[in-house]
Amino acid sequence: MTALLETRGVWQRFGGLIANSDVSISVGRGEIVGLIGPNGAGKSTLFNLIAGVLPPTQGSIIFDGEDVTNLPAAARCQRGIGRTFQVVKSFETMTVIDNVIVGALVRNTVMREARRKAHEVLEFTGLAARADVLASDLVPAEKRRLEVARALATEPKLLLLDEVLTGLTPTEAQTGVALVRKVRETGVTVLMVEHVMEIVMPLVDRAIVLDLGKVLAEGKPSDVVRDPNVIKAYLGDRHAVGA
Amino acid sequence: MDKQFVERRRRDLITAAGLAAVAAIVPLFVKDVYVQNIMVLTLMYAALSQSWNILSGYCGQISLGHALYFGLGAYTTALLFTKFGVLPWFGMIAGGLISAAIAMALGYPCFRLGGHYFAIATIVIAEIGLLLIQNWDWAGAALGIDIPVRGDSWLKFQFTRSKLPYFYFALVLACVAWFVTWWLEDSKWGYWWRAVKDNPQAAESLGVVVFNSKMGAAAVSAFLVAVGGSFYAQFVSYIDPGSVMGFQFSLLMALPAVLGGIGTLWGPMLGAVILIPITELTRSYIGGSGRGVDLIVYGALIVLIALARPEGLVGLFSRRRKEATR
Repeated sequence: MTALLETRGVWQRFGGLIANSDVSISVGRGEIVGLIGPNGAGKSTLFNLIAGVLPPTQGSIIFDGEDVTNLPAAARCQRGIGRTFQVVKSFETMTVIDNVIVGALVRNTVMREARRKAHEVLEFTGLAARADVLASDLVPAEKRRLEVARALATEPKLLLLDEVLTGLTPTEAQTGVALVRKVRETGVTVLMVEHVMEIVMPLVDRAIVLDLGKVLAEGKPSDVVRDPNVIKAYLGDRHAVGA
Repeated sequence: MDKQFVERRRRDLITAAGLAAVAAIVPLFVKDVYVQNIMVLTLMYAALSQSWNILSGYCGQISLGHALYFGLGAYTTALLFTKFGVLPWFGMIAGGLISAAIAMALGYPCFRLGGHYFAIATIVIAEIGLLLIQNWDWAGAALGIDIPVRGDSWLKFQFTRSKLPYFYFALVLACVAWFVTWWLEDSKWGYWWRAVKDNPQAAESLGVVVFNSKMGAAAVSAFLVAVGGSFYAQFVSYIDPGSVMGFQFSLLMALPAVLGGIGTLWGPMLGAVILIPITELTRSYIGGSGRGVDLIVYGALIVLIALARPEGLVGLFSRRRKEATR
């Protein structure tokens, strides 16, 4: 079976800085894949390249058998790539339900259908009670949830989650984990950037570790955390010897 | 599941119909021509501000150059009529289409500008338009165009004996602008525009083509404003560059919306009903040496509203907004 998403030799340079160098990863259908790595490893850049915020300097991105390298973000969303933002970007002057309707309009041209879909998604993500509240009045955990809801309303095949579990209380994070599992059960593939190891490791099927813009390791979470290179990247040489 | 929402939309529609009906019978009791004149202008500015609100309020692209489209509407109608004998009704449509086309042509480069830079560009472009017309001999240059008046006629849309036909047309215009906004508010475009205003990057990630959304808003907005300009040309029957394309028109379209509530359905109407009579009254009572007092008055109003209720006067009526305010 072909992968849902593939990046082939992707490079991204910002002036003299190389944010991604020769990154080739693939994400299979129905997987939950974690993209991890220390700060500045190039995770967010890779995310933006996949979502279409900017085109890569070099290399190509294949989604669902199609080369989407030169497509803008909106076109990628229409093809089935949904995303959340690390720094939440709610539509602050709009209500929660209206926020989600914007996403639902991608696949529903009739307003009533879009509205129904949005309500369905709010129910699914546990935000139904907050439907008529302005997005600016949500607490941070709810805003993260809204990000997910909005992206889900576009009915993505691939959902890119950018640190949705970061900065939450342990209880909130656990509800978040449950939500991600639920999303996968509906057949959506998930690629997530995450910092909180103890939460993300049990959740993902596979982990890809980036460091200094390169793929450092890839595999089952339990293997990846024992990889000497990974430990070195996170904790420095001294600790790697002990492993 | 959305009874409340449907209910609110219906209530808006019924309220609007009721207000329009009340407005329609007012001239039967108010015979004073001066007051009627103010009512015509109030309705016209309500329509203009409502149209401005589509691009600048809903879509968030603040334009301070809408006088350009107002002037284009006025000039297209007047020129087509005086030079080619084309009836104003067709001139109105032509003016609207030309303005929409120009709004999109200008939007093509300008919508790449962010925030304040866009607003500045609109001011500059409108000034350029004003200068071009001022120096265009065929279009009357600085002298303007005198629209020959040959007696009352609906066909030629000119009336000498009564202001009532103008009043009713202005009322229809205001209703149309309101209704278009009402209708767009619960459409794909309405949601896209608000999303673009709040966060273009997030909008883009949800499949909204930001650039096209702005273009659509600009076209609709410019079209409606140009129709208003056409109407104005017929109403005053003499136009010159300064009197239809001056910067004050750009302001007079923006201010009612800002006062009443920018990006809201009722804001421009409410703002125009308060602001325009005040402007006209101060102008005639403290006019002459006190030129500019009207500007001082609404400058003060805007400052007050900015301090007391930044979301505009409609905030006083909206329960949801109040609950939401922390």
